[in-house]
Amino acid sequence: MMKFLKEYLVPRLIQYFFVVFLGLTLVFFVPRLLPQDPIREIVGQFQQHGAGLDAKTVETMVATFRELFGLSGSWHEQYWSFWKRIIRFDFGPSFFRFPTPVSELLLRFLPWTLWIMLTSTFLAWLLGNIIGGIAGYFPGRRWSRLLDVFSVAVRPIPYYTFGLILLIFFAYTWRLFPLGGGVSVGRSITFSVASLIDILRHSFLPMLTLLVLNGVGWYHQMKLLVQNVKGEDFVRYAKAGGVKPWWVISQYVLRNAMLPQVTGLALAIGQSYSAAIIVEIVFSYPGVGTLLYEAIARADYNLIMGIAAVSILTVSTLVLIVDLIYPLLDPRVRYR
Amino acid sequence: MFWRNYDYKLTLGVFFLLSLLVLALLSFFSPYDPVKWLQVQRDLPPSWPHILGTNSKGQDVFWEATFAIRNSLIIALIAASVSRIIALVVGFVAGHKGGTVDRMAMSLTDGILVLPLIMMLVLVASIMKGKLELWGLGILLAFFGWPWDARTIRAQVLSLRERDFTKTSILSGKGTLAIVFGEYFPHITPLLFSTVLNNMTWSISSEITLAVLGLNRLEVPTLGTMLYWAIRRQALLLGYWWWVFTPVALTIILLIGLYFVSIGLCESGNLTLSRK
Repeated sequence: MMKFLKEYLVPRLIQYFFVVFLGLTLVFFVPRLLPQDPIREIVGQFQQHGAGLDAKTVETMVATFRELFGLSGSWHEQYWSFWKRIIRFDFGPSFFRFPTPVSELLLRFLPWTLWIMLTSTFLAWLLGNIIGGIAGYFPGRRWSRLLDVFSVAVRPIPYYTFGLILLIFFAYTWRLFPLGGGVSVGRSITFSVASLIDILRHSFLPMLTLLVLNGVGWYHQMKLLVQNVKGEDFVRYAKAGGVKPWWVISQYVLRNAMLPQVTGLALAIGQSYSAAIIVEIVFSYPGVGTLLYEAIARADYNLIMGIAAVSILTVSTLVLIVDLIYPLLDPRVRYR
Repeated sequence: MFWRNYDYKLTLGVFFLLSLLVLALLSFFSPYDPVKWLQVQRDLPPSWPHILGTNSKGQDVFWEATFAIRNSLIIALIAASVSRIIALVVGFVAGHKGGTVDRMAMSLTDGILVLPLIMMLVLVASIMKGKLELWGLGILLAFFGWPWDARTIRAQVLSLRERDFTKTSILSGKGTLAIVFGEYFPHITPLLFSTVLNNMTWSISSEITLAVLGLNRLEVPTLGTMLYWAIRRQALLLGYWWWVFTPVALTIILLIGLYFVSIGLCESGNLTLSRK
């Protein structure tokens, strides 16, 4: 058990803190390394959009900028106060919804993103691996070749483009699904079947986009993995010993090929999150992506910084969770 | 069964890419300025002489598209070549040196890999809003686009390092650079080309994302900004399908072309490796 702690758990935790540190440090430093002076840029952009706000409000914003970018005092003082803010989950007020705090907006929008992202990431992983595994076991069958053609043609399409195509056909042309939003206009969320169906109907197309494009990637990798595992001795002996084919596939082949895919899942979470953000914009789904879109359109830099910081925290925590689940699935890690 | 599929993919991919290259080159003969508005009658459906119609900005969609492909390809090529340098250096050093250097390089690579990169791109692009030239955008994408490929190259170098010919060269006293260029490079080349193409795919998709968020120089036509204007001007609701479908179709053809060539190269690369 000690060995497990030392060789598995501790390195994961170190990696977690390293990623959080690296990401948030990038958020802090990247804007400062640019040739443009961020404050002047943002205040300039903001004054174009922010007509109608009184001078005092603008001053508060500029002050928050200065503090967030830490342009008062030396850079290590600024860096220190940046971290203190993060720990207090305080990113200052949002500008376009002044004076709502950025943290409050994030708490309102993040659950929507997590809902479509987590569901579709998990389903894509599960279905992609199972279908890919079976297709890899029977590579010559006609349905397996058809799946190949489909997956190869779909895989390189960008999330935005694929989402747009689904939107055009299923929402504009055939009107099977709503054009956008998270729930129907004027409907409030209640614990009822009607409300649940409404939410599912609105999240169906964004989820389908993520499910298909992520799933196709897992399908490919799993297929290659299974083609390797299939040739191993234990599979050949099982088959020779008369174990039923479906039992061989599920218990011998899939179980062994799935494990590297769990590690792959941890590495892919950042991409799934980015993808979810892009897809939300296509469907104007009320998650972090749409919030980001508005923040950029209104030059709300406080909000952009807040979204970046919270996204990094969310993604690295999810990666850590997957890493912690892994030993439950792979006994070799537990009893080393 | 791979070898049966491989031929048609490579051929089809090369065909797609060449056709788009011809389109991109046509932009040099365009009768219109790609940046100016109101050069032709607005919102015309496809017909002669505007074979892909015109948009609400008063531009010919076909000629605008030739510029868009050219610019998107330029961005992707810059991003792919610059990120190749980073990926090669990190991959070779980590794979060849091994040990602590390898572990440090890989935790940095994995660290960047698990970050939601879109947020980093947005962060930079929102400060540089509207000022990013094509090359600036290329370099920005290169800066975040190398980790996957550094990992791939490292894995390959790691396996090459264990082969007999590498050990022979080390024992016969060859320097590190001689081994890297003389022994590793020829084996890495097919893989390297395939990572270039994959990276171009990633760069083109990321460009579209940034454009749709309104973070590019929107007056410069790219596949992303074409789509941005079409969506922004409600081409979907107004039924100007030619305006939306042109960039969508071109993006898909371009990316499928890149992907097919990449798969083809990778598979032919394995073939030569395994024959040796």
